[in-house]
Amino acid sequence: MTTTTVEAAGLGKRFKDTAALDGFDLVAESGTVLGLLGPNGAGKTTTVRILTTLLRFDTGRAAVAGFDVAKDARQVRRRIGLTGQQTAVDDLLTARQNLVLFGKLFRLNKTRARERADQLLAQFGLADAADRQAKGFSGGMKRRLDLAASMILAPQVLFLDEPTTGLDPAGRREVWDAVSGLAADGTTVVLTTHYLDEADRLCDRIAVIDHGRNLVDDTPAGLKRRMGADRLEIVAADPVDLPLLEQVAAAVADGDVAVDESGPSVSAAVKDPVAALTAAATALQDKRIAVADIGLRRPTLDEAFLDLIGRPDPKEDAQ
Amino acid sequence: MTALAPLPDETLAGRVKWTLHDYRAIVGQEFTHLWRQPANFLWALGFPIVMVLLFVYVFGSAMDVTGQGAGVDYVAYAMPGMFAMTMAFGFTNTAWAVADMKEKGFIDRVRSMPMASSAVVVGRNLADTIHAVLDLLVLFLIALAIGWRSGGTAWETLGAFALLIWLRFALIWVGIWMGLLVKGVEQAGNLFAVAFPFGMVSSVFTPPELMPGWLGAIAAWNPVSATATAIRELFGNPVAAGASWPEQHAVLAAVVWPLLITAVFLPLGVRRFRDLGR
Repeated sequence: MTTTTVEAAGLGKRFKDTAALDGFDLVAESGTVLGLLGPNGAGKTTTVRILTTLLRFDTGRAAVAGFDVAKDARQVRRRIGLTGQQTAVDDLLTARQNLVLFGKLFRLNKTRARERADQLLAQFGLADAADRQAKGFSGGMKRRLDLAASMILAPQVLFLDEPTTGLDPAGRREVWDAVSGLAADGTTVVLTTHYLDEADRLCDRIAVIDHGRNLVDDTPAGLKRRMGADRLEIVAADPVDLPLLEQVAAAVADGDVAVDESGPSVSAAVKDPVAALTAAATALQDKRIAVADIGLRRPTLDEAFLDLIGRPDPKEDAQ
Repeated sequence: MTALAPLPDETLAGRVKWTLHDYRAIVGQEFTHLWRQPANFLWALGFPIVMVLLFVYVFGSAMDVTGQGAGVDYVAYAMPGMFAMTMAFGFTNTAWAVADMKEKGFIDRVRSMPMASSAVVVGRNLADTIHAVLDLLVLFLIALAIGWRSGGTAWETLGAFALLIWLRFALIWVGIWMGLLVKGVEQAGNLFAVAFPFGMVSSVFTPPELMPGWLGAIAAWNPVSATATAIRELFGNPVAAGASWPEQHAVLAAVVWPLLITAVFLPLGVRRFRDLGR
C-alpha cells in the first residue's frame, strides 16, 4: 500500500525579478525518502520552505500529510518536522533543556515534554551527553540534537535542508544513520542535498531540480542508468603511448572514446564490459604496451548530475 | 510509532491559554540563559559601569552642570543619566538576540511549529523587559555604593524606575524590528554605532544647554533626555533643564515618547515578522 504524503503541483514562486520556482512538481510516497537534488539556487530550499509553511507561494498547490499547505498551515505544522540548514538549537542550553523547551513549544505539558526528551535522547544516542551544553557538541551531535528536536511530535513528514553540509565524514555518517533509522520506522523524509553520495545512499527517489523546474524524477539506480554505458578506462604508464591506447580503446568501444591528456588516460563507452575488458587487455599484451591501470567504471551520480544540469555546481567545486 | 497530538487549541480560551504557555516557555529559555551564564549578564553591564566611573571620577571634576562650580553634585546628576543611557542602549542586545535567532534558524523552526508565532516577538520583549529590571537593580546598588541617593518619596522613586522600564520597553520594539531587518548578527553588532550617539547626544552626562545650539536642540528633544530629566525630577536630583518644551515637561515627555515609539515600531516589527513568509 502506498499513499502520498507530500504532493506539490505547479509550484511557482518569484522573488522580485527571479523565478525561484517555475512550475515545480513533487511527490513523496509515505515512508520513503525523497531527495531534492540540484545546484545552489536551483530552488531546493524554496521548495522546503514552502512545504513547511514558512513561505507563501504564488502559483500551484501543495499538500502535506493530507492538508493544504496554504489553507491549513496549522494542521500541517502539527504533522511535520523541520531541520533547516543551520542547526537551530540553543547553544547555551543542555541537550535535555533544548528538547524540553521544544517539547513545551510543541505544546506538550511539562511531564510529557520531559518524557519525550528522554526518549529522543536515547533514540539519537545523546543520553550520555544529555546534561552538557550544546555549544560543546561536535557537528554531528548538534545535528542529531537538531533532528531530535524536529521529531518531538513524531511527525509524519520530516524535512531536512542540507542536513550534512559542513559536517566531517564521521558526523555525516551519524546523521545518515539517524535518518535511515527514522525512515525505517515509517517517517516520510524529504531532504535536500548537493552531495550525490548522500542522495545515492539515503534516498528511494531523487528529484533533480534546476532553475525551479523538474529535470528528472527517478530512483538513484535509474538516474545512473540514464547515463548509459559503463566505461572502460586505461591509464597510460607513459604519456607517449596515448595514441596507441586510443586505438586499443576504439577497437572495443561501443560509443565515444575520450582522451584525457592529464590522466594520462583514455576511456571508452562499452556495452559488454567484461568482453571489452578482456579484448583490451589481450590487445595491450600483444602490442606489449605497459599501462598503469586498466579497469571498468560505473557512472557515478555526479556524472549523471553534471550531465543533467550541464554545468558544474560551484559549491561542489569549493568543497 | 504513536502520534503525539498536542493538546487541543481550537477554542478561543484554549488558544489564549496556549499562547501564554508559549510566551512563558520563551521567557523561561531566557532565564535559563541568565542562570547558566551570569557572567554574560554582568559583562553587558560593564559598559555603563565603566562610563559612570569615567564620567564621575575622570571628567566629573571638570563638569559644572549646576552652575555651582565644577564637580559639585555631578554624581547626583550623572547617575540618573546612566540609568537612562543603559535603558537606551539595551535595544542593541534585543536586536542582536533577534538577529541571532534568525540567523541560526531558530525563528524558522519556531514558525514551522504549531505554536503561537507571536511568541518569538512578544516572548522576546517580555524576557528583555524583565532583563531590564535586573539591569536596573544592579545599577541601582552600584549607584548607592558610590554615594548617589534618591531624594524623592518611595512612590516618586518607583515612578522613576517605571519610566526607565517604559523607555526600555518601547525601545525593545525598535530592537526587534532592527534585528529582523539586519542581515545577520554581524550587522546587528554594528547597531551600537547608532545606539551610541542616540544615548550620548542627550542630557545623560551633560546638559543640552552647554552644547552648541543645534546639537543642544537635538539633545533636548531626544527621548533619552526626556526620561533622564524626568527621573532627575522624581529622584530630586539636580535637573539643569533648559527652556525647551520637552525639558520643561519632562515627565509628560517621558511618558509620551515611548508611547510614540511603541506605536511606530510595534507594528513595524510585527509586519516585518509576517513578511518573513514572503
